[in-house]
Amino acid sequence: MRRVRVVIFLKPGVLDAQGQAVAEGLRTLGFAVEEVRVGKAIELTVPDDAQVPEMCSRFLANPLIEEWEIHGA
Amino acid sequence: MRDVRFAVLTFPGSNCDRDCAWVLEHVVGVRTELLWHADVDLRGFDAAVLPGGFSYGDYLRAGAIAATSPALRAVRAFAAGGGLVVGICNGFQILLESGLLPGAMLPNAGGTFRCTWVEVRVERADTPFTNQYRSGQVLRMPIAHGEGRYHADPVTLRRLEAERRVLFRYVHNPNGSAHDIAGILNEGGNVLGLMPHPERCAEAILGSEDGRLLFASMVHWILTPREVARCTF
Repeated sequence: MRRVRVVIFLKPGVLDAQGQAVAEGLRTLGFAVEEVRVGKAIELTVPDDAQVPEMCSRFLANPLIEEWEIHGA
Repeated sequence: MRDVRFAVLTFPGSNCDRDCAWVLEHVVGVRTELLWHADVDLRGFDAAVLPGGFSYGDYLRAGAIAATSPALRAVRAFAAGGGLVVGICNGFQILLESGLLPGAMLPNAGGTFRCTWVEVRVERADTPFTNQYRSGQVLRMPIAHGEGRYHADPVTLRRLEAERRVLFRYVHNPNGSAHDIAGILNEGGNVLGLMPHPERCAEAILGSEDGRLLFASMVHWILTPREVARCTF
């Protein structure tokens, strides 16, 4: 079995409303922050990681709005 | 007059399926069946409704998991055969995720869930879904969604506009949606997705009846001889 981690973010240039809200929270706490982008991580345990790219492009991410990185493959 | 048959699909987490069925049966007056998503057979139906709600808890992306349901294979075949399909709110999100309509939904630009009444303009009245409205008519309809910011690449947006497939547009954009888009058609003109809820404004007691004519338009189109009523694009 292989453990693979997929990290997904909205594409650069696509407004990340959640990231903006988190940035505002950090600023309220007094932290200096220019920009925050919030993504998600998905951990997969698979017999074979050859299909992970297709899992990402067909289902785990939406290529119209998101980009992704596959780690541990 | 022959029987017109509507199917309303229920996914785990759908919560507007019974509202849609109520309006179709008791307000519009057509035979309507609720179909569980795992065993959808659309043979013999004239139209299918993908209702609003939070299918699969909106996990991953709104509509993404429902789009993998066998029901969507049935809906795709039904649409390919010319059947009328309308996806409302989460149903619209499912149609986008399944590729039956172009583009994608993003979380609202303001970062909040929007549950409010909006004004929506009917952009054309020569379609299966709007033939009982006037072109340019402004409807008062409720929205209730967290992910309603329509997004598509510039080429797709240009094409939607050029082919006049933006059917409903917000008068005041509530969510950052591209081109103020509230509802779009597929290429064939027989699949509609819209974020506002016509089933929640189909009776006077609910504050607006503006949504009723969307369903009445579908019935009218189904009952009209095809060479007259056929969509022109």
